[in-house]
Amino acid sequence: MNLQLVLDSIVAVCLICGALMSLAAAVGLLRFPDLMSRMHSATKPQVLGLLLMLTAIAIQLRSWSLVPLLVIAWIFQLLTSPVSAHMVGRSGYRTKHRHEELLKIDDLDQVVEAAAQYRAGEYRRAAEAGEKAEEAAAEQQDIALPDRDGPPENARFDDDESRH
Amino acid sequence: MRKRNSLRQELPLIIWLVIVWGALWSDFSVGNLLFGALIAVGITQLLYLPPVELGGRFNVLHGAGLTLNFLYQVVAGSIEVAYLALAKGPRLQNSVVAVRLRSSSDLVVTATGHIISLIPGSLVVEVDRSTSTLYLHCINVVSEDGADAMRATVRRIESRLIKTMGSKQELELIRNEPDQHPARSGEEGAS
Repeated sequence: MNLQLVLDSIVAVCLICGALMSLAAAVGLLRFPDLMSRMHSATKPQVLGLLLMLTAIAIQLRSWSLVPLLVIAWIFQLLTSPVSAHMVGRSGYRTKHRHEELLKIDDLDQVVEAAAQYRAGEYRRAAEAGEKAEEAAAEQQDIALPDRDGPPENARFDDDESRH
Repeated sequence: MRKRNSLRQELPLIIWLVIVWGALWSDFSVGNLLFGALIAVGITQLLYLPPVELGGRFNVLHGAGLTLNFLYQVVAGSIEVAYLALAKGPRLQNSVVAVRLRSSSDLVVTATGHIISLIPGSLVVEVDRSTSTLYLHCINVVSEDGADAMRATVRRIESRLIKTMGSKQELELIRNEPDQHPARSGEEGAS
């Protein structure tokens, strides 16, 4: 009877703390200033909240066959939430969702900038190369056209082929 | 041809799948597990994924230490973020910090990134796989000191991970790093 009371109070504490953690996550989502800080709020307190909830369920039901299921539920939460946070944060950083005024130190800034410039340079070079190739092709055509009237190599080649 | 040495490499994955199967059915009887193993083997053969290269060793003691430390950090991190949400809210300022890891193994880098994302105020924004550099978005870090503390934390977690399941070469890498030792022992003494 006494043990039951103790366990019940542990369950109650776990449930309330878990609910509070989830509430804190929601408050963070509302109050934080930009996307990436919000991702912190979306991943962290709620992981602990879920752990507390699952602990409460395990203590309340006290069936050993359920424990692996609860553990796996939490492990999958651990595995998936950083991945989604990373994907959202990564794309958020490269778009208008990055607020520079909120970042005191930014080591990634120059890397992304350099990569963007490198890529832009590559595109420009590729475009220039493409234009040059077109010009060169046009010039070659210009040269090739009068050549065709003279002694054309192609014609000789064709002749060779036709002889075979 | 492509699965020459795959059974040994895929054994941890198969065991994990069997455990998940048993847990989902809440039934760890031999028959159920055997059937689960059959399905696991079928899945790993049909849906082929690039093998995860394990370090070839697993230290249970360091693993337990890592797990306990991780649980503690999850609690601390959650409370910190919850407190920031309530106390600071919109006035929050952050940083993006680059951390160069020592290991080049995908597994260790991924695991470090995962743990980092789950403990106090940090989120992996970008990974440079060629130099194994993690770019972290750190909540409420506003000075170079804070950034250095974050870097020390990340490298400490990495060294713990390597001690748990890194390869022998990575272990050597950690041992042969003189400047890392005082910082690490100091930090561990503090926590």
